[in-house]
Amino acid sequence: MFTAPVLALVLTCLASLVLFATLGKPAGAALYALLLKPFLSWYSFSEVLLKMAPLLLIAQGLAIGFRANVFNIGAEGQFIVGALCASSLPVYFPDGNFPMMLPAMIAFGALGGTVYALIAAALRTRFGASEILVTLMMALIAVQILNYLLLGPWKDPRGFNFPQTVMFPDNAMLPILFDGTRTNISLLFALAASVFAYLMMQHHFRGYQLRTAGLAPRAALYAGFSAPRMVWLGLGLGGLAAGIAGASEVAGPLGQLQRSVTSGYGYAAIIVAYVGGLNPLGIIASSFLISVIYIGGDSATVSAGLPVAAVEVFQGLLLFFYLLTFTLIRFRFEIDRKVPA
Amino acid sequence: MSQPALLRLSKVSKRYGTVQANHDSDLEVHSGSIHAVLGENGAGKSTLMKLIYGVEQPDSGHIYWNGQEVHLARPSDAQALGIGMVFQHFSLFETLSVVQNVSLMIPGKPADLAQKITDLGDQFGLSVDPHAMVHRLSVGERQRVEIIRCLLLNPKLLILDEPTSVLPPQSVRRLFETLRKLQAEGMAILFISHKLDEIRELCDTASVLRGGEVTGRVDPREHDARSLAQLMIGREMPNVAHAAPQPPGEERLRLNALSHPRASRFGTALDGIDLKLRSGEIIGIAGISGNGQQELAALISGETRAHEPGMIEIMGKKVGHLGPMARRKLGFAFVPEERLGRGAVPEMSLADNSLLTAHSRNMLSRGFIKRAAERAFTRECIQAFDVRTPGPDAEAGAMSGGNLQKFILGREIMLNPDVMLVSQPTWGVDIGAATAIRRRLLDMRDQGCAILVISEEMDELFEICSKLHVLHKGHLSPALNAAETTPQEIGRYMIGAET
Repeated sequence: MFTAPVLALVLTCLASLVLFATLGKPAGAALYALLLKPFLSWYSFSEVLLKMAPLLLIAQGLAIGFRANVFNIGAEGQFIVGALCASSLPVYFPDGNFPMMLPAMIAFGALGGTVYALIAAALRTRFGASEILVTLMMALIAVQILNYLLLGPWKDPRGFNFPQTVMFPDNAMLPILFDGTRTNISLLFALAASVFAYLMMQHHFRGYQLRTAGLAPRAALYAGFSAPRMVWLGLGLGGLAAGIAGASEVAGPLGQLQRSVTSGYGYAAIIVAYVGGLNPLGIIASSFLISVIYIGGDSATVSAGLPVAAVEVFQGLLLFFYLLTFTLIRFRFEIDRKVPA
Repeated sequence: MSQPALLRLSKVSKRYGTVQANHDSDLEVHSGSIHAVLGENGAGKSTLMKLIYGVEQPDSGHIYWNGQEVHLARPSDAQALGIGMVFQHFSLFETLSVVQNVSLMIPGKPADLAQKITDLGDQFGLSVDPHAMVHRLSVGERQRVEIIRCLLLNPKLLILDEPTSVLPPQSVRRLFETLRKLQAEGMAILFISHKLDEIRELCDTASVLRGGEVTGRVDPREHDARSLAQLMIGREMPNVAHAAPQPPGEERLRLNALSHPRASRFGTALDGIDLKLRSGEIIGIAGISGNGQQELAALISGETRAHEPGMIEIMGKKVGHLGPMARRKLGFAFVPEERLGRGAVPEMSLADNSLLTAHSRNMLSRGFIKRAAERAFTRECIQAFDVRTPGPDAEAGAMSGGNLQKFILGREIMLNPDVMLVSQPTWGVDIGAATAIRRRLLDMRDQGCAILVISEEMDELFEICSKLHVLHKGHLSPALNAAETTPQEIGRYMIGAET
């Protein structure tokens, strides 16, 4: 079960060594920075945990849909809409000192992400529109909404014309989990989501229905599991998780809504979900691994002079090798001669 | 015999994991002979044929062709020697014409091929229009295309896997005439079947397989069907005689002028189907697959919704608009014709496959799966229905078709349904298991269940049903009393000669 991910990691490292060397960079040092440095100081490790929170949360939500063959690949959009909805409260009540500010922001974010994903569900169940295309296009729309708000109505009037909102008040910020770090309680949301996903997918009848719909759609139809309900559920839960992650991002490390909220968590989470084998426990491991690569990548760009793109290539290679090893473990090559069988 | 056999297998063995599919099997086939291979499902017939056709390679043993040892690494090696095979499930593209399908495998200009197809058709009674689209052809015609495609490679040995299982009686006659003509040309034919009467009529030699071993080589013309069956299953045939049915009770399933347009170009529209099924009776629907059987089954099960609620009534309620789960709640159960991917999820364990339809049998607690209950149910099903499997954790996809069918049928019977629809109950199931399945259905009937059986196997329908209908091109024939009608009459309805 773990052969494919481990093999994929080894192959990715080998390929990256070659790649970094051809770029004329110190390949060994780059790999060291990429994979080991994040563990060498408590602060950089806490940064890994900070990155891990949104990745884990989104990936758990996406994997539920993926297992039912509902392919939400626009979690980035739901993440942005979650961040927008959550930000609306501190933007309109910049010094609103009501105690429910933070829970309301999380709830707004969750609702926004869910509703945004459910638009794709409605189009799929009503008109048969591919949720793959719809969610992806809606992610691009979400970026434009974000740009509009930041350049227009939500721009901080005292922000020197930077496209960002006001800084959020303290009661709009997530509590920090470990003193002296930026790791906040959104990691607990992600772990709770993992427990939820595990219980639902492995032990609950609803998860069983989703898995059946993914493995054998005709068996799900035969048993009478409603196919539209699987679409609504798969997309809804993915949007919910992405929305909460988006809210946590603005209420966490950013502290305001700014353009850099579109940092690609929604897309990276797809890699996380698949490298984790769509298994709730596997996803915990893969989200940790990908976060290490993020943080390690930052230090590799500094210490080994790697271009930022090289880190993204590393991630891409990981997914590529995972899919490759996964396929080759299940199937074998046969060179066919010209005569058809 | 002085001349070496055309094909000889010597002590051939093949093992898949822990399963010994063939053990030290010997087989000898001579030119100009129609040689039957009979055996129960799982006896190793298919594996043996795959070894001969080069799909699989033996672990040990030798294969000789005209006395020379050969190694068949792939089907093209077998074809090069002169071995052709017609599979039970056809491999034709429905959207292409006959000659286009043929030209995918046989080199040559389409015009030449079309001429050859016509010539071969005239010579061996395999007439088929080379330019017809395959999806318009009847099953019999498709089979002829498959045979012609093999004949174009000039085989010396032709393997036919269960060729009559899909044919109406009239087409079986015609196929036999073709095979006899091929035999007269000196071709050797390996005829795989479980229909003992056919083997006795057609074949001059029969090799009997049991449990992966060749247990005998007989002249089937010298044995009656009963003793052949005994050779095949290794014990006395179970007695099929069964108590006569009680007079049927109240109405449980009713179709009222059920019509439904076809879903795709290759589907069949159903037209004004009326049917009444009562408690304590088994009604059969005969006919060749592709005449609306799948569409009818999906409409009755709820996988397809009817246009009006009143078109289908279960237990006196109008259910045309309800889904499968709601119909099951009323006491309906369904065994579909496809086992893998519909009746069961191949990648899941048997225990998880119990959950598919038996979840209402106290297997859930607040939506959470009660593993102990799930496993207990599965174990009971395995035991009560003689499912051969390591246990509830075995993957459904790893089981043989017959065993999986026993499991699915067992699961549905254990739901204690009031009305049951069974589609092709014994497709690909060995004779021992098929007998057991029919007996179960009769037991269910005696306990008051109303059962509708859709089947291509006419013998089976005559054995268990009190009334028969025939489905042809989406029309259902009037009810025929099974005691009064004959296979010939049913056959005329099957090909549309009577409506």
